[in-house]
Amino acid sequence: MRLSTIAYYFREAFYSVLRNSWLSVASIGVVAVSLLILGSSLLVVMNANKIAENLESSVEISVFLQDETTPEDIKELEAALRSLPEVAELKFVSKQEALKEMQENFGEQGDILEGLEEKNPLPDTFRIKTQTVEQVVPLARELAAYPRVDQVRYGQGVVEKLLDLSRWVRTAGLVTMVLLAIAAVFLIATTIRLSVFARRKEIGIMKFLGATNWFVRFPFLLEGMFLGLAGALLAVVAVYYGYQSLVKNIQVSLPFMQLVTDHSLLVPMLEGLLVLGLALGALGSLISLRKFLNA
Amino acid sequence: MIQLSGVTKIYPNGVRALNDVSLRIRKGEFIFLVGPSGAGKTTLMKLLYREEFPTKGQIIFGGKSLVRMRPREIPYLRRSIGMIFQDFRLLPQKTVYENVAFALEVIGASKREIRRAVPAVLEMVGLSDKAGVFPAHLSGGEQQRVCVARAIVNNPVLIIADEPTGNLDPETSWELMKLLDDINLHGTTIIMATHAWDIVNHMKKRVVELVDGRIVRDEEKGVYRHEA
Repeated sequence: MRLSTIAYYFREAFYSVLRNSWLSVASIGVVAVSLLILGSSLLVVMNANKIAENLESSVEISVFLQDETTPEDIKELEAALRSLPEVAELKFVSKQEALKEMQENFGEQGDILEGLEEKNPLPDTFRIKTQTVEQVVPLARELAAYPRVDQVRYGQGVVEKLLDLSRWVRTAGLVTMVLLAIAAVFLIATTIRLSVFARRKEIGIMKFLGATNWFVRFPFLLEGMFLGLAGALLAVVAVYYGYQSLVKNIQVSLPFMQLVTDHSLLVPMLEGLLVLGLALGALGSLISLRKFLNA
Repeated sequence: MIQLSGVTKIYPNGVRALNDVSLRIRKGEFIFLVGPSGAGKTTLMKLLYREEFPTKGQIIFGGKSLVRMRPREIPYLRRSIGMIFQDFRLLPQKTVYENVAFALEVIGASKREIRRAVPAVLEMVGLSDKAGVFPAHLSGGEQQRVCVARAIVNNPVLIIADEPTGNLDPETSWELMKLLDDINLHGTTIIMATHAWDIVNHMKKRVVELVDGRIVRDEEKGVYRHEA
């Protein structure tokens, strides 16, 4: 293909975008919104997965002991627990230590717990980390049956809820984005149809002058791809800067929340959005061209 | 060069535009296609550039069957045919130069080829000084000469002209005919549908007369109509 022909394609596509400026803006807008939603839900999913991973690695089993457990019983139990192959870490927290920990957690309001030293309601506790996350549930069940054990707790429910949330966001985001993508494709198809209509006389002349179908089509295809890419670019810029300011705010107000800031994860996602925008635009124009430029 | 054998064209609405037409066109001929409106002149020409497809019969163009031609070959057929219409069909937003260059652009010619060919044909049709003018600022005769320039710029073997003088006054018509005759003398075959009897009578070319979709007369050095 000659350079002058390529230049011709781009020139014609550019003029078409300007000629239908309002519809072009609308098409770009719909593409931008649908990809913005896709990008945001992808970010939520990525972060939910990361938080779930962190939580999983920090899941502990807390084994609360009965009130009247003697130090001998505790020693015996500790030995038994240590011998279990699933146990990776074992820590004993006495009633007094538990209370101190709680006071620390309350910080400045810690004085409301004052006076509890006399009649400490907190139990002695073993904290156990398992070798793998999968061992948490079965081990917890087993431990509940041990003598002197009052209650067994573990954070598994939270992890499951978080994974549920991530799955839900993924589905809802995907459905919304698919619907909006369909709308975007049809809006682009309409824009291209108007472009074709505005230039039907020129197209007729091109055809009797011996232009190939692809020569006639290409500027319109390019126009659609431009609309898709422009929308995607807007979405990418919005997602990128929106997310950065979110990360900055969260790092100040919720410092324990670890968000995904890894560029090797974020950049491919943003690139994917651009490619998707381009594809939506191309699809929209091809739908129009199939209908209106057949031989 | 062109051979129509038993060609019948019936449009989807049932109109029988051509009825068992056979015609042979040799290279370098100048043919006037005459006959009343609706006799099938335009249909016959549309069949030649595959704008229409014959219902029955065979058309051979330069050794190739137009009936069996695939859609993607059509553009290349049309590049060997120059077309001139009564209503000019120029692009109003392009200058004279750009309109002629357009014929080369759409077939993917290089900038250099365009810069070489366009001034030459504008010179030939006598419009060198109007290259930068828009069609709206030209007279009818000048606009038609732009169409001629556009039709010949990529050296077609055949020129199809559908009532090219239909919108022109007699004097401009004659200038156009001189131009076409010149092009014909250089070896380009010309088929021209017309109602201009004085032109036909004066130029003494081959005349093919159609009535109701049939060829009723085909004679060398013919005239527009034989008086009864």
